[in-house]
Amino acid sequence: MAEKKKQSGGGIHARRLVAYIVLILISFLCLFWFYVLFINATRSNSELSAGFTAIPSDHFIENWVNLKNGTLPIIRGMFNSLIIAFLTATLATYFSTMTAYAIHAYDFKGKKFIFTFILMIMMIPTQVTVLGFLQLIGKMQLDNSTIPLIVPAIASPAVFFYMKQYMDATLPLSLVEAARIDGSGEFRTFNQIVVPLMKPAIAVQAIFSFVGSWNNYFTPALVLHDDAKKTLPILIAQLRNADWLKFDMGQVYMMIAFSIFPVIIVYLILSKHIVGGVTLGGVKG
Amino acid sequence: MAKKSKVVRYNKWGYIFLIPFLVVFIVFQLIPLVSTIYNSFFENYRSGLTQIGPNFVGIENYKTIITNGDLPLYFKNTMIMWILGFIPQIVLSLLLGAWFTDPSLRLKCQTFFKTVIYMPNLIMASAFAMLFFTLFADSGPINSLLIQIGVFKEAFKFMSHAGTVRGLVATMNCLMWFGNTTILLMAGMMGIDPSLFEAAQVDGATANQIFYKITLPLLRPILVYVMITSLIGGLQMFDVPQILTNGTGDPMRSSMTLIMYLNKHLFSKNFGLAGALSVYMFIITGILSMVVYKFTNSEKK
Amino acid sequence: MKRRIVSLLAIATMTATMFAGCGSTESASTETADSSTESADAAVELAEDTGKVLNIHCWNDEFQSRLKSHYKDYEEVDATHGKIGDVDVVWTITPSTDNAYQNNLDEALLAQESASADDKVDLFLVEADYALKYVDTDYAMPLKDLGITDADLADQYKYTQDIVTDSNGNLKGASWQACSAGLIYNREMAKEVLGTDDPDEVQALVSDWDKFKETSEKIVGAGYKMCSAFDTYRTYSNNVSGKWVQDGKLVMDKNIDKWIDDSKELVDAKAETTDDLWGDDWAKGKRPEGNIFCYFGPAWFFNFCLAADEEGTIANQGGWGYCVGPQSYYWGGTWICAATGTDNANLVKDIILTMTTDKDVLKEIAQQDADCVNSKTVLKELASDESGNLELLGGQNPYAQLAEGAEKIDLSNLSAYDQGCTEELEKAMKNYFLGNATKDEALDMFKKAVHEKYPDVTVD
Repeated sequence: MAEKKKQSGGGIHARRLVAYIVLILISFLCLFWFYVLFINATRSNSELSAGFTAIPSDHFIENWVNLKNGTLPIIRGMFNSLIIAFLTATLATYFSTMTAYAIHAYDFKGKKFIFTFILMIMMIPTQVTVLGFLQLIGKMQLDNSTIPLIVPAIASPAVFFYMKQYMDATLPLSLVEAARIDGSGEFRTFNQIVVPLMKPAIAVQAIFSFVGSWNNYFTPALVLHDDAKKTLPILIAQLRNADWLKFDMGQVYMMIAFSIFPVIIVYLILSKHIVGGVTLGGVKG
Repeated sequence: MAKKSKVVRYNKWGYIFLIPFLVVFIVFQLIPLVSTIYNSFFENYRSGLTQIGPNFVGIENYKTIITNGDLPLYFKNTMIMWILGFIPQIVLSLLLGAWFTDPSLRLKCQTFFKTVIYMPNLIMASAFAMLFFTLFADSGPINSLLIQIGVFKEAFKFMSHAGTVRGLVATMNCLMWFGNTTILLMAGMMGIDPSLFEAAQVDGATANQIFYKITLPLLRPILVYVMITSLIGGLQMFDVPQILTNGTGDPMRSSMTLIMYLNKHLFSKNFGLAGALSVYMFIITGILSMVVYKFTNSEKK
Repeated sequence: MKRRIVSLLAIATMTATMFAGCGSTESASTETADSSTESADAAVELAEDTGKVLNIHCWNDEFQSRLKSHYKDYEEVDATHGKIGDVDVVWTITPSTDNAYQNNLDEALLAQESASADDKVDLFLVEADYALKYVDTDYAMPLKDLGITDADLADQYKYTQDIVTDSNGNLKGASWQACSAGLIYNREMAKEVLGTDDPDEVQALVSDWDKFKETSEKIVGAGYKMCSAFDTYRTYSNNVSGKWVQDGKLVMDKNIDKWIDDSKELVDAKAETTDDLWGDDWAKGKRPEGNIFCYFGPAWFFNFCLAADEEGTIANQGGWGYCVGPQSYYWGGTWICAATGTDNANLVKDIILTMTTDKDVLKEIAQQDADCVNSKTVLKELASDESGNLELLGGQNPYAQLAEGAEKIDLSNLSAYDQGCTEELEKAMKNYFLGNATKDEALDMFKKAVHEKYPDVTVD
């Protein structure tokens, strides 16, 4: 027994070493891009076109001032992006959890059909329906409005599917029934028992939805026309399209860096719920 | 049966909880989808500002796509790049997931590592591709490094070889998405009752045994989710190769994916061909997902 | 009353062009009587402006800043709003990335008829590569319907008008820029390899493509490269003998074919690179270590791409020279079009006339914004003037050559399909140049891509 323990102990040291080496390498690969972005944000347009270097330059403040004093409403854009991404993430996670709960906890006619149907929807490439989508919002007078970017998040098949799978793995129906015996209404049970139990899953999908919406260029560019309503990715594209007198990659990189910070912050806040293990064991009961 | 009858009087709530999803879904997705399918039977595009059609052409659009032989080629490209990226991605994710949840390993700085792995996904794909461009340019830092250490005599043109372009696309996809997958898996692993691991350890199970006998089976629903969504995401692969190759899918369209091809028809607002192409994609995705779903679910029993 | 003031203003600008130098409204209005004969052949009576809102569609803020600094009645409100008199100006700026600008403009124009008065597009901007897509429809208004006469536009270069003339010969747009381009060469390298850096002597060595090739051999012999194959494309494509699409069919012009063959030959001889324009590799040539003999570009290229303010670049040491090169061509520019259905026709007319024909304004633009302007007279002045000497060209004054080049450009062979054809040809041929495909394979790829973009165009 002692011998066996010793053996596995040596194995553990080796495995730990391998794990650390791999993790450090991966972390480097993950963080390297942020370093490059930061470096590029400190360089002037001409320095940037001279090629890549690993050493920061001294145009950081200059790029920022140019960007801030430019014609693009970047603060406004950040605000728009935040609102849209926040609402998208909230709607997507809350209603997908609700939908998944409907399929998970209840038995009703057509349930299987609806489940399969939603899965099929997931397989439709967004690029195709976007044309029909644009015609539709044109008819609904929602062109140049943020509503068509936010409300559709209520029906997010992929988020729904994840929630459903997560419930299959971790949400026992006995818990729901216990709540019913306690006299809790269905809607209250969902909000006060199911949603808290789903926290890790909700945090995960909230991050994904938030980031997805934050970085989305394709649909917003087709829907939003007013500068005051535009999101950051559109403004970045606009900056890259600047006329030759104003073209400045330094500003473009500065703006990319600028637009990444809020996502990092949101990510760090939400990731606590996933990586911190706060909720660990919460579903034991 | 007994369980079912207990639930039955609450069942109307199932419908109620479905209402928001279904209403939004029908308005914003089903209607555009139906119009997509409907359009696939018409000749319907714009030449400049002149609208051609819609003229009913039956299954002409479907025939065109089949006969010009593009579909299999772009399907092959898409799958190759997806698999090249997905295998390292899932292996890495499982490995990291296993390490993070292995109590005997007691890794330090776990929070840091767990946090960092998802970060590449925070960068916009277009910005990420811009950086890759700079690094792998003919006179970029990677080339000068390789020349300096004597691997190449003159600059290697990364963007003009099918292998390297596909490899770069796969690398970028893997880098951008492995953190995502790891987080999904970890969230799944955290749903596993920790006492199961403790009990197994007390029983003297090795890390490998714990992983294969406890973690993997309990992770199955999430794994199925990861497999299917990655597959669908893979088939819809677009922005990374699009931006990296400037929409060309060079060399000679060897890195052109199905959606990039679809995107070409959007230029002329060719609802007809694009519609038919998406119906094909829909069928392909459906079949593949079904296979994955059946395969992983039957294994369970 | 308002109409009268606006038309007076229009006449004032016309007169002002005749009396270059003084253009204040009062002095000009006294000339109105004299110029009434002139305005008689512009006999179009424009309906009174009823629009409260002037909608302008564009893809960046270039035109906005021109209007702001050179159109005196324009007052800025915020980044996308302004005022001219009591008319509100609304800018719709959509980036051209992913074709978003054209997609948006298409929708706006197609909805023009049913749009409410405040939403109707009044002005929109186009680039040369897709100008005909809009010009060759009824959505763009013939300038003569606005009362703008040939006489008003006589000082503009003909090629800038070719680009926006529809298939019935109607002129439907105007530009304040004339971007004739030439060959910008590295003086140091010219002296070392060719034994001279004098623009005329260098021009003699690259005056046609055969000489260009001969010279390239010397350059390669000395261990340098000429340029990128894509630098030269526009030089060939501006000098074609027929349109890309004739009777709905894609036609390969001889000169395009020549570009393919010449480029392949030069790439194989390691005289040309295949670097994409604007890429990092391509931009390396602006430094001596880049070992590139020349770029092809217009005047804006000097400031934009050569980085004169940066230590260590060739431009910083005044090391470039400028000559016309093998063939005259142009590159870039923005055209203003009036949208049919505008309810501000008088204002639109005045903006077009002021911004593209008023010599004072154009001279201001040339001096303040370093645009090469669309006025024969102004360019002539710059050519004869010390102020046209550019330090980055070692003190050379390029304007005489730029003006001469602009006269020679003939763009009657544009088609509405040019943007797509150019893009797809360059993309497909890169495969051929790099040896990843045979010429036939690359051509097949090109034709396929054109047909995907333009389903109505047949390819053989």
